[in-house]
Amino acid sequence: MSSQLIWLIFLLPVISFLIISLLIKPFVNRESRIAGYLTILAIGTSLALSLLTLSAVMSAPNHKIEVPDISWLTIGNLNVHVGLLVDSLTAVMLVVVTLVSLMVQVYSLGYMKDNWDHGNTAYHRYYAWMSLFTASMLGVILADSLLLVFVFWEMVGLCSYLLIGFWFHRPSAANAAKKAFIVTRFGDFGFLVALLLIFAKTQTFDIEELYGIAGTAVLAGSVLTWAAIGIFAGAMGKSAQFPLHLWLPDAMEGPTPVSALIHAATMVAAGVFLVARTLPIFVHSIEALTTVAIIGAVTAIFAASMGLVMTDIKRVVAYSTISQLGYMMLGLGAAGIGIARGGETGIEAAKAAAAVGIFHLFNHAFFKALLFLGAGSVNHATGTFDMRLMGGLRKAMPWTFATFLIASLSLAGIWPLSGFWSKDEILAVALENQPVLFYLAMITVFMTAFYIFRVLFLTFGGEYRGTSHETHVPRGAHGGHGPHLHESAPVMVAPMVALSVLAIASGWWNASGGFARFMGEEHVEAIGFFGVLTHGLPWLSLIVAGSGILLAYLMYSRKVISAERIGSAFKPLYTLFSRKYYFDELYENIIVRKILIGGLFVGLEKIDTYGVDGVVNTVAKGAYADGKALRRLQTGQLQLYGLVIGIGILAIILVLYLFG
Amino acid sequence: MSFSYLSAIVFLPLVGAILVALFGGGREKLVKYLSAVFTAVPLVIAVIAFLNFDRSAGASIYQFEEKAVWIPALNANYHLGVDGLSLPLVALTAFLGLMVVLISWKIHTRVREYFAWLLLLEASILGVFASLDLLLFFIFWEIEIIPMYFLISVWGSGRKEYSSIKYVIFTLAGSALMLAGILSVYFTTGSLDIVDLADKQLAMVQSIMPASLIFFLLITGFAVKLPVAPLHTWLPDAHTDAPTAGSVMLAGALIKMGGYGIIRVVSFFPQVARDYAPLMLTLAVISVLYGAAVTLRQTDLKRLIAYSSVSHMGLVLLGAFALTEVSLTGAALQMVSHGLLTGLLFAMAGFTIHNVEERRLDKLGGLARQMPVAAVVFSIASLGSLGLPLTSGFAAEFITLAGSFSSQVVNGAPVFTLLAAIGVVLAAGYILWLIQRTLYGPVKEQYNEVKDADTLERVYMFTFVALIVLVGIYPAVLTDIIKLGIAPIAGLFG
Repeated sequence: MSSQLIWLIFLLPVISFLIISLLIKPFVNRESRIAGYLTILAIGTSLALSLLTLSAVMSAPNHKIEVPDISWLTIGNLNVHVGLLVDSLTAVMLVVVTLVSLMVQVYSLGYMKDNWDHGNTAYHRYYAWMSLFTASMLGVILADSLLLVFVFWEMVGLCSYLLIGFWFHRPSAANAAKKAFIVTRFGDFGFLVALLLIFAKTQTFDIEELYGIAGTAVLAGSVLTWAAIGIFAGAMGKSAQFPLHLWLPDAMEGPTPVSALIHAATMVAAGVFLVARTLPIFVHSIEALTTVAIIGAVTAIFAASMGLVMTDIKRVVAYSTISQLGYMMLGLGAAGIGIARGGETGIEAAKAAAAVGIFHLFNHAFFKALLFLGAGSVNHATGTFDMRLMGGLRKAMPWTFATFLIASLSLAGIWPLSGFWSKDEILAVALENQPVLFYLAMITVFMTAFYIFRVLFLTFGGEYRGTSHETHVPRGAHGGHGPHLHESAPVMVAPMVALSVLAIASGWWNASGGFARFMGEEHVEAIGFFGVLTHGLPWLSLIVAGSGILLAYLMYSRKVISAERIGSAFKPLYTLFSRKYYFDELYENIIVRKILIGGLFVGLEKIDTYGVDGVVNTVAKGAYADGKALRRLQTGQLQLYGLVIGIGILAIILVLYLFG
Repeated sequence: MSFSYLSAIVFLPLVGAILVALFGGGREKLVKYLSAVFTAVPLVIAVIAFLNFDRSAGASIYQFEEKAVWIPALNANYHLGVDGLSLPLVALTAFLGLMVVLISWKIHTRVREYFAWLLLLEASILGVFASLDLLLFFIFWEIEIIPMYFLISVWGSGRKEYSSIKYVIFTLAGSALMLAGILSVYFTTGSLDIVDLADKQLAMVQSIMPASLIFFLLITGFAVKLPVAPLHTWLPDAHTDAPTAGSVMLAGALIKMGGYGIIRVVSFFPQVARDYAPLMLTLAVISVLYGAAVTLRQTDLKRLIAYSSVSHMGLVLLGAFALTEVSLTGAALQMVSHGLLTGLLFAMAGFTIHNVEERRLDKLGGLARQMPVAAVVFSIASLGSLGLPLTSGFAAEFITLAGSFSSQVVNGAPVFTLLAAIGVVLAAGYILWLIQRTLYGPVKEQYNEVKDADTLERVYMFTFVALIVLVGIYPAVLTDIIKLGIAPIAGLFG
C-alpha cells in the first residue's frame, strides 16, 4: 500500500475542514447541508483507507509499513522531521477513530438538525470542527515523533475546547470548555517537560529511535522514569485520570454527538494511546509502570463510585468513561510490569504488552459511543437528560432501548459481548502482576454493572415520569418539542444499530488470540469462544457483574429494595459521591480563587502597582509637571516640530552625501 | 553601484512622512494613500531582500551592506547591513508599518500629523535594526521616542499624558546608560562598528573600565525596552493609553529593539554574558512568571495584553542567555512571532474597543455572535499567544524552551527553563479568560448594533493570520535565515 494513501487518511478530514471553513461557511447558504455530507464523505473515505491499511499491515512483515520522512526544521542539534509510523497499533487505532467518527457524523445529521442556533452558521461550524477534531486525532495516531504527537495532541485539545463550548453563549458551556482546556493543559505541562528532557538527553523526538535508545546509558534510570511520568501526566490530563478527571463530566455541555466522539474515539483515547505508544520506553521503569497501574485502578473505582449516584444520564456515562479509561491504564501498567519483571524488555515484547489495554480501548470505543448516541436519542425525545424525568421509554423507543441494552451488557462485561473479552484480560493481567489492584478492579466490575443498569431501568423501565412538564428542564438541546415521545429518525438509528453489532462482536477478534498476535504477542494461548468459560476468573467476574445487575433490578425495576432508604443509610457516603468528593470545590474555590487569584496574584499586583511602579511614580510626578508645561508649549505646533525633525534628518543625509 | 536596499527601506517611510507633513494639510484621503504607498514599497523591498538573502554556505554574515564615511573624527560611518538576526526584524517592522497604516484608516483627528509621526516611527525602528554603526544605531534609537510620545499623548486615551511622559522618561533613562556604554566601547576600542566589535569580542578586561560594567550599561538600556521586570512598568501604561496603531507598533516592533540589542551585546561580550547568565536567567524567569501572574489580575482589555507581553518577552531573555544556537534562534523567532501575534492582538483589541466602545472585560461578552469574523481572528491571535501548535507562538516557545533546557553552557539552565515553562500553563489561564470574557457568554443586547470587520479590516486581519499560521506550520521559513545570524554568536560559546 503506497504511503500517499496513508497520508490521505489524515489529509482528507483536514481538506474537509479547510473547504468548510474557507469556502462553504462564507459563501454557502446557512441552511445548506453540504458541510455534513462533505465531512461524511471525507471520513468515510478515510475509513475505507484505514481498513485497507489494516489489512496491509496484517500482511506486512513485522506488521509494519515504512513511510519516508520529510525533513522539516534543522537548527543546530534540533532536527525535526515529519513522518508516519504505521504499525499494528496505528492500524487498529485508525479504524477505531474513523469508524466511530463516521457513525457520529451520520448521527449528527439528524441530531443537529433541530439544534442549530436560530439561523446562525452553527451547522457549518459544527462540521468544520468535527472534521478538524477527527483529523487531529488521526495526526496523533500517525505521527512518528513525540513532538508531532504533541502538536496534534494540543490540536485535539483545542477542538474539544471549541466543541464543548459549542453553545458558547451559555456560560456553563463556556466554563466547561475552559475547564477542559486548562485541566488538560496541566497534564500537557508534564508532557512538555518530558519532551524537553528527552530532547536534552537524546537529541531526537523520533519514536522508533527512542525505542532503541531507551534503557541504554543515554536514557535510563531516574531520567527515564521522570520522562515516562511526564508523558503519563499528559495522558492523565487527556484521559481524565484522577486527579485530572474534573473536566470530563462537565464536558457534556457540548452537543451529545461530540460527547460520543470525545468519550469513545478522540480526546480521551489519546491518553491511553500515548501510553501504549511509549510503552517500550515505560518498560524500563517499574516505578513509572506502577504509577500508571495504580492511578488507573484508583481512577476506575473512584469514578465508578460517583457514577452510582448521578441523576443525569450523560453524567453517569461520563463517569463510566473515566472508570473504563482507568481499566485501560491498569491494563497497560500491569502488562508492562509483567514483562519488565520477566526481564524481556525488548521492543516487540513491549509493543505486544500494550495489546491488553488497547483491546479494551477498541471494544470500549464502540459500546461507549453507542451509549452516548442512545443518551442523545433519549434526549431528543424527552428534551432532558435528567433520568428522574424519564422512564418507560422502552415502548416508545424500541430501537434505542435495544441498542442501549446491548451497550450496557457489553459495558458490564457479560459473555459473549465485546466488553467481556477485554475486561477479562485486564483482570487476568492485574491478578498476575498487581493483586491488590485486582481487587479494586473487581469491586469496580460490580459498580459498573450496577450503575449502568440503574440507568437502563430508570430510563427505559417503569412508567414515563416526565408528563408534569412544569418541572424545570435544566438544559438540553431541544427544538421546542415537548414530551412527545417518539423514536428518533432513521439517520440516527442506523449508526446506533451499526455500533451495536460491533458492541456485540468486536471482542471476538481476540477470542482465540487474533488481536494479541496481531499486536506482536508470540505465545498466545488460544482459549476459544466457549473455552473461556472453562476458566475460573471469567466466571468470577460474570457472577460479580451479574449481582450488580441483579441489585439494580431489585432497586430500580422491582423496587424491592428502596433506593431512598439505602441513600439515607449511607448518607455521608452518598453526599460524598454526589458532591464528587468535593474536588471541584477544592480546585476552583480554594486553590484557584482563594490562594492563587485572590491571594498570590493580588499580592503580586499590589507589588506591581505600589512597589515597583510606586517608586517610578515618585520620580515621574516631578517630571509630569515639566511635561505638562512642555506640552503646552507644543500644542498646535506639532507640524512645525515634525518639520524641524525632518529638516534635521535631511541635513544629516546631506552631510552624509557631501562628506561620504 | 547596486541598489541600496536598506537605505531605501529605512528612508522611504521618512520621505513619506515629510511629504505627508508638507502636502497633507486638509486632504485626508491623500495623506492615507501616501502613507500606504510609502510603507508598502519598503515592505516589498524588504521581502525582496529577504528572498535574495544569500543562504549558501560561505556567504558573508552581513549582507546588503552600505558603508560611507560619516564623521571621520569619530571613526563613525553611515554603515547599514543586515544579518540573519536583523533581517527578519526589518521585514517584520516593514510589515507592521503597512499594517498600522491600514489599521489607522478610521483616524479622523489631525490626520496629517498622525500619519507623519507614524511613518517617522517606522523609519526610526527600521534604522535601529539596519544600522551597523553604534552611533547611527543610537540616533535612530533616540528618534523613535519623539513620534511615540506624540502618538500617545495626542491620540491616546485615559491617562495619556502620564503614560507618554512615563514612556519618555523610562526610555531616556535607559538610553542615557546605553550612551555611556556606547561611549565606553568607543573609548576602549576606538571602533563603533558592530561587525568589528563582534569580531573582536571585546577582549578588553584589562582596559580602564571592567568589561562587565560596559556590558551592564548597555544591557540596562535594552532591558528597559524589552522590558525586563522590574523595569517594565512603563509598558502597561503606554500600551493601554496609546492609540491602536501605537500599541501595535510598540508591542510588535519597538520592544524588539530591546531583544535585538541584548543579543548583539551578548555577541560583544561572550565571556561576561556567560559569567552573568544565571543572573539574567533569573530575571527572565521573574519576568515570565511575574508577568503572567499580574496578567491574570487585569480587567482592562489592552492592559491584559500588555502584561502578557512582559511574560512573553521574558522568554526572549531566557533564550538569549541560555547561550546555545537553538535557544538564541528560538529567542529571535519568539521576537518575530510575538510581533505578529501581539500586533494582531492589539489590532483586535483596538478594533473591539473602537466598535463596541467598551474596554472593561467585565462589561464585554457575547461578541462572537455580533462580530463573528473578528471573533475568529481574535481567537486565533489569542490561541497563538497561548502557544498553540500550528501557530508561530508554539514554534517559537518550543524552540526557545528546547534550546534553553538542553544548554550545556549555563549551569542550571534546565531549572530556569522549567520555571519559565510554568508561564505557558498560566498563559492558558489568562488567554482563555480573555476570550471567554470578550467573545463568549450570553449575547448582550446593547451590542447588537456592533459592526463586524469591513473589507479593509478583513484584509489586514487575514494577512496577519496567514503569516502566523505560515510560521507556525513551517518555522524553517524564518529559522533558516535566523540561524545564519545566530550561528556565529553561538559559536562563541562552543
